[in-house]
Amino acid sequence: MIQNVRRTGQFVVILALFAVVSSFAAWPVYRQTPPGSAVVVLTFVHSAGRKAACRRLTPQEIAKLPPNMRRTEVCSRERRPVYVELDVGGRTIYRASLAPTGIAGDGPSRVYYRFVVPAGGHSIAVRMRDSARADGFDYKRQGRISLVPDQLFVIDFRSESGEFVFR
Amino acid sequence: MVIAGVRSALRRGFELIERPFERLFGPAINPLAQLGALGFFFFWIVTVSGIYLFIFFDTGIERAFDSVETITNEYWFHAGVMRSLHRYASDLMVVMVATHLLREFAYDRYRGARWFSWFTGMPIIMLLYASGITGYWLVWDKLAHYVALMSSELLDWLPIFGEPIARNFIATGTLTSRFFTLMVFLHVAVPLFLLFMMWVHILRMSRPKVNPPRLLAGLSLAALVAVSFWNPALSQGHVDLARAPVEIGLDWFYLPVFPLIDLWGKGAVWGFLGAFFVMLGMMPWLPPLRRARPAVVDLAHCNGCKRCAEDCPFEAIRMVGRTDDRPFPAEPLVNNALCVSCGICVGSCPASTPFRRTEDLKTGIDLPDFSLRDLREQTIAAAQQLPAGPRVLVLACAHGGAAGRQAGTVVLPCVAMAPPSLIDFVLSRDLADGVVVAGCAESSCYHRLGADWMKQRFAGTRDPYLRARVPRERIAMVWTSALEGKRAAAEIEGFAARIKSLPPRQPRLPRSSGTSAPRREQPLSDVESRA
Repeated sequence: MIQNVRRTGQFVVILALFAVVSSFAAWPVYRQTPPGSAVVVLTFVHSAGRKAACRRLTPQEIAKLPPNMRRTEVCSRERRPVYVELDVGGRTIYRASLAPTGIAGDGPSRVYYRFVVPAGGHSIAVRMRDSARADGFDYKRQGRISLVPDQLFVIDFRSESGEFVFR
Repeated sequence: MVIAGVRSALRRGFELIERPFERLFGPAINPLAQLGALGFFFFWIVTVSGIYLFIFFDTGIERAFDSVETITNEYWFHAGVMRSLHRYASDLMVVMVATHLLREFAYDRYRGARWFSWFTGMPIIMLLYASGITGYWLVWDKLAHYVALMSSELLDWLPIFGEPIARNFIATGTLTSRFFTLMVFLHVAVPLFLLFMMWVHILRMSRPKVNPPRLLAGLSLAALVAVSFWNPALSQGHVDLARAPVEIGLDWFYLPVFPLIDLWGKGAVWGFLGAFFVMLGMMPWLPPLRRARPAVVDLAHCNGCKRCAEDCPFEAIRMVGRTDDRPFPAEPLVNNALCVSCGICVGSCPASTPFRRTEDLKTGIDLPDFSLRDLREQTIAAAQQLPAGPRVLVLACAHGGAAGRQAGTVVLPCVAMAPPSLIDFVLSRDLADGVVVAGCAESSCYHRLGADWMKQRFAGTRDPYLRARVPRERIAMVWTSALEGKRAAAEIEGFAARIKSLPPRQPRLPRSSGTSAPRREQPLSDVESRA
């Protein structure tokens, strides 16, 4: 009898502990953003041009190269950084010079920037420069968007067509 | 020291929980003394339930969620329960690992020769979390979307990947079933590595507890099934890549780091994780444990009986070919890096008998800093200090509640260092009226196996036995933790009172030495019930 009561007590204690653990497996609910807000993500992967222009080799330089590796010009591998700016409601909220990836700096520049805005209408402008020019931008897009609560709005860039995509 | 203070506070906390647990469950199935074994047990539940779920699971990106819904709703009575077992056993594994880590820290069982198990526990934590997080991706519900976004954003912060992985989870059409199949593969491969590391983790343990006692396993499984019916694991709605997964029921055991990304930022979270594991990795040397010199073999007194190798709790002794010309096949070889100088090998050696009349008492294996001769001399000295009345000599574990006693107490690194013949010696030479073997807490022996070996030696089920002629009513075993000094004192006083009521005895001087009696002696329960 005592043994049965003891076993029951042991089972109840284990059951209670496991029940507590199972409760914390999906509770309390976590809210990442305030209610009535939307999430905007600026993200793209884009390769800017080479940092330095290709240089033609002189005949002497070509002659010094092994016969199977002779070429007429050498090109720097390193790419220029991509400069990007994002305005929301006329205020610049993101501005960055995105360095090329890769050890040799020859990979594409990349960005993934997530931010929260109140749901509703917003004017958005995004600008990007990937050339050697000192000011001004090579690509830009602006427009007015309407966001519903919890919407995930993405600003992407298509390198093939050279345009920003809002989706 | 800050670390010592934290350790002490944590130990007191564990003591508060552990003693009631020990009273309810008994030392044999106390769950807090079986945390590692329960971790293994839950791993196997996760494995079996995972294999079962894989039969019903569709690995395609479009149909994964639907297949999980079918498992949960249509086949709730078998596959649905398996899903809940899979999730909750995983959560319990995290709980077991975390509690196990804290408990080993609290009881200072991570320094010295134990650094290896502590250190190899770190990859177990990493792999356990990687296993859980990859599992949450597979359900492909809102929680999976959140986990995918946050974990890939965290990974993208590292300058490793050319293209942000998180881009795959923000628009429809970007994610393919191929990527999803990769996640399935990872969710199988990572737990395999986890199992491998669990094996490495216990490599340096002798008789590691990898299976909980059957009763505890049965109770745990029954409770887990009951919880699975009561609170079944559910999905949180199909992924909609056009909507941000902002309100989710988080698994707070596996995913507590993700909210920190919103609070601190990704760099700070990486810094926190890095600092946590660096700190964890350095713990065994903050500060290093002052280690007594390891056990030394004296071949002149060793017949290669293997008992020391069999009793060593840390695999520090192995038998090798004999290097002297004595006619025995093997001799023990002590690995100094693994030896914790607990002295259990000294207590197990049949040559460890204080009855020897040689001037310089020697045995087959001994501790240089606290030899068998020191033990005998301290025992005799302690006995001479005993006050009149019932003279009770206490052989106390340095990690137990009686270690702080002054008069009539000999403190040993582990009570199992005392050969049973020492008790025979004390009583037969009339050095005391009774002997108390006061070890550390029964379910959390500091040197893992000392309490078990001592009980088995007294019960006559493990060599060297306590001889039959030793009056059991004059022996008591007391198991208390270092923080239970008062309880130890009370039990010793109670034993002294019982001794007082016993009839006077005629001391009997032994004619021969030796400790082993090749027959079963009085059972341990008898010894304990009289104690």
